[in-house]
Amino acid sequence: MKIVYDENVAKAPASAEASSGGVATLTREEPVEKRHLLTAAQMAFFVTYGYLRVENLVPDELNQAVLEDERRWMGTKFDFWYLSENIRKVFELPQVKGLLQGFLGENPIFDHSFIHHVRAHNTGAQNWHADSIIDARPFGFDVQAFYWSHDAPVEMGPTMVLPGSHMRKINISSISRYKNFRGQLQMPIKAGTITFFHHGIWHCAQPNFTDTDRFVFKLRLRPGQEQVRLFNMDGYDSPEVLDILKKGSMPGDAPWQGDFDRLDSVQHARLWRFVTGDPKIDTSFETALSRMHLD
Amino acid sequence: MAQLRQQLLVFNTSNSSPESRVVAWALYDGALSQDKQQMQSGDSAEPPYRSVLAAMQDGWRVMQVPQMPIFVTGREFDTGHLPFEFVLERMVEVENSI
Repeated sequence: MKIVYDENVAKAPASAEASSGGVATLTREEPVEKRHLLTAAQMAFFVTYGYLRVENLVPDELNQAVLEDERRWMGTKFDFWYLSENIRKVFELPQVKGLLQGFLGENPIFDHSFIHHVRAHNTGAQNWHADSIIDARPFGFDVQAFYWSHDAPVEMGPTMVLPGSHMRKINISSISRYKNFRGQLQMPIKAGTITFFHHGIWHCAQPNFTDTDRFVFKLRLRPGQEQVRLFNMDGYDSPEVLDILKKGSMPGDAPWQGDFDRLDSVQHARLWRFVTGDPKIDTSFETALSRMHLD
Repeated sequence: MAQLRQQLLVFNTSNSSPESRVVAWALYDGALSQDKQQMQSGDSAEPPYRSVLAAMQDGWRVMQVPQMPIFVTGREFDTGHLPFEFVLERMVEVENSI
């Protein structure tokens, strides 16, 4: 797996530019071992809830090196990726590349990156929003990887998400009139964690009530190929994996959806058909897709 | 001398009934001075009232009830913003600081 730079989208780091002509790449292409590839259970969770938190991905030594870079270059926004060799090393780790390949394929395209910084004692929260422009792809998706170089307990303001909101079309902050939702989720974070977000998930940065500045690095990648059967397909139709999706399709699992939760279940079931390449598998509420002979 | 200020509750409910459960909410408080912090994103796990009706029983007036959703043939499963929005208001007295 190697990250590809489209010169019409973003420049490549100098090290990559020097090593290739035309489309620049981050590293030499190395095959991802199957044991590092995104699992079917992980993909089922992502399809259902729109995010995936994976802990213990990055060793402490590298976490510390990145944190020092984040403090040194805290205001560099989009340029941090180019300044910090350490942050690029995080995304060269085989266990990280395996997850990205499972979502996006062997040649994900660099979209943009950003170093997010919430100062100590900043008590204001960000409005609820989804990033970027309305996405017109029916099922294809970008992934935003949020890498945490330090512990971020809830009082430090790790990003809040609304599980299951990723297929709901909104336009940036068009939902921001609302401040709270039943089922909103703020996950305490351990250093070395990456939270992978579907591009459409509703989210907001939270206040930092501690004495310490809070950082998170975001890398947005586009798929380099059709996102069909890219993850480890072992057990994708097993009861254990299907239970993840079926639990998410049950009324009340995402209480903010109200009586429209059955419509969300159809959207997620269609996404599962897409990523598995299985046109018959059906995890929708009351197997609505099969009952009505729908794609 | 006391003056009146408007407080606004924005509720979304699980269906179109004012008796149904509040699933999303916000309070915009015109009685709070500008140096005070309004309700923040993510600051509460439970709404101030369980339903629109419960808020009415506590003196809030309903300003807006939601239109029923329209389901277009072939697009029945499309999803977007939350569909059942009620807006409520209450006028409260504040002391004139002048």
